[in-house]
Amino acid sequence: MIQIKDVSKLYKTEMIETIALSHVSFEIKKGEFVAIMGPSGSGKSTLMHILGALDQVTSGEYILDGEKVSKLSDDALADIRNRKIGFIFQAFNLLPRTTAIKNVMLPMVYAGIPENERIEKAKKYLTLVGLADRMYHTSNQLSGGQQQRVAIARGLVMNPAILLADEPTGNIASAQAAEVMELFQKINEEGHTIVMITHEPDIAEYTGRIITIKDGKLVGDKINKKQKKIEVKL
Amino acid sequence: MDIKELLIECFGTLTVNKMRTGLAVLGIVIGIGSVIALISLGQGSQKMIENQIQALGSNLLTVSPGGQQSGAVRGAQGGGTTLTLDDAKAIQTSSTITTVKSVSPEFSRRAQVVAGKNNTNTQLIGVYPAYAEIKKLTLSSGSFISVRDVETMNKVAVIGPQVATDLFGEGISPIGKMIRTSGQSLKVIGVTNSKGGSGFMNQDDMIFVPLSTAQKQLFGVSHVSSISIEAKSQDAMTEAQNQVGYLLLARHKFNDPTQADFSIMSQNDIMNTASQVTGTFTTLLGGIAAISLLVGGIGIMNIMLVTVTERTREIGLRKALGAKQKTIILQFLFEAIILTILGGIIGMFLGIGISLVLSNMMSIPFTISPSAIALAMGVSSVIGVLFGWYPAQKAAKLQPIEALRYE
Repeated sequence: MIQIKDVSKLYKTEMIETIALSHVSFEIKKGEFVAIMGPSGSGKSTLMHILGALDQVTSGEYILDGEKVSKLSDDALADIRNRKIGFIFQAFNLLPRTTAIKNVMLPMVYAGIPENERIEKAKKYLTLVGLADRMYHTSNQLSGGQQQRVAIARGLVMNPAILLADEPTGNIASAQAAEVMELFQKINEEGHTIVMITHEPDIAEYTGRIITIKDGKLVGDKINKKQKKIEVKL
Repeated sequence: MDIKELLIECFGTLTVNKMRTGLAVLGIVIGIGSVIALISLGQGSQKMIENQIQALGSNLLTVSPGGQQSGAVRGAQGGGTTLTLDDAKAIQTSSTITTVKSVSPEFSRRAQVVAGKNNTNTQLIGVYPAYAEIKKLTLSSGSFISVRDVETMNKVAVIGPQVATDLFGEGISPIGKMIRTSGQSLKVIGVTNSKGGSGFMNQDDMIFVPLSTAQKQLFGVSHVSSISIEAKSQDAMTEAQNQVGYLLLARHKFNDPTQADFSIMSQNDIMNTASQVTGTFTTLLGGIAAISLLVGGIGIMNIMLVTVTERTREIGLRKALGAKQKTIILQFLFEAIILTILGGIIGMFLGIGISLVLSNMMSIPFTISPSAIALAMGVSSVIGVLFGWYPAQKAAKLQPIEALRYE
């Protein structure tokens, strides 16, 4: 599903050259729920940007769902992001003053899906994340946890190859954070591949595999045998 | 993503940010509104002046004396004393003149006029009966100056409605009453109908007396200040102008027309000059309005640029969710175009409204020039594209990661 082969990333400014990632290789299979961990400055954000086709590798290869993502044009990358990747951001990044359903429909607008199908799918995924009664609330009328669930629905609606979550619980209260993680587990059980970036070990405990990055190098990759499970009460 | 989806998306963003949208539109509304209002006011006053000139009579030629020539120095136009009653009589009777219908020699001067306790300063004109016919003057009461009045130098006067009101008050018939001017008493024998209009050559504010009375008894002169000539038809104007010109050149003993001590202006000449003046005026007003249109356009660019900065995260998000560069450019461009077109339409109605109100207040004819509207709308769409393009480019080129990180 995801192949990262000997990937390096260099940032060049006028004065200095920073190595953000150095010869990182791993594979993620379909249906996995993976956490990528590491302290700040470790290069995990860079890795997330590369996985999300938001940034290009300096050397190495990135293959997503059989497609070579390295060395593509801006518009081709936009297309990959649209069809294959569902994003969930720390700051939710919903359109302000816009209803939940419209937010969820946005990726489908860019994909050119007809309106009646968009509405139908958006309703389906908003129901899945437990917001059937909040579809026409605008983003500022929702709590942090609810906003993140709208974002998850938006991430899932194109049925992407991977759901990429960047510190998804970083901006929400801990009780709601647990709910979001439960939701991730539920989605994962339905067969979706999830890659989550986090620096919180207890959040990483919800996943089935933990990859650790430090100083731009892969330092750990282990199966999480005692994956934390909570009764799903959604 | 097709155009319809894009437009729906644009309308969505614009309605979500009502304040921002309103401010941007306001700039264009004022720009377009002032262009349309000022141009139509300019054209309205142009039309009013044309109407006034037309009201003075049609197929009209006016002979004015040139300035007195002393050596190489030439005096001001119209200030001379070279035209006489005999010139007018010659035009009337000469066998070489075939295209002239009637001739009216005139002598006019401003004078203080007294009636009882009231007095006014007004234009006094010595005329022949032909004057009323040539200048399309009609009487509301009494009769006009007759040939007998001129021949016997009768001390009579026909007054305009404005003068009647000034001297005798509203609703009182001045017929048979006396007015005094330049040491003479004149008997009012008629009042003219109002011709409306104001300002230059207002025929409502004039006193008409027999030419002989004006020349000999009131002002003691022997020349005339102008000769009005009515040609037989519009087509005969040029011919009439030439015939009168040659006759007067011969009578005044000039060989070279450029040395002549008189000038002949046709109604058209006067109209063209006046139109030129008001045309320049309209252009000037349009220029001023164009500046406000430009300012409005820059306002839109300003708002769009601020919008790009304010919406950096949103643009980053849209790109992350699969928006292509072209889609972002089109979205911002369409937003700018919608703003300018919306502003253009509101501005058009505002401009028409303002010129309607102002032309009523200033009692000038209300004209709406389709070309002014077309110009304003054209310019506003061009502004929309032009000033929308740069912010749109800027937005489309944002890197999604940097845009997402932007605080």
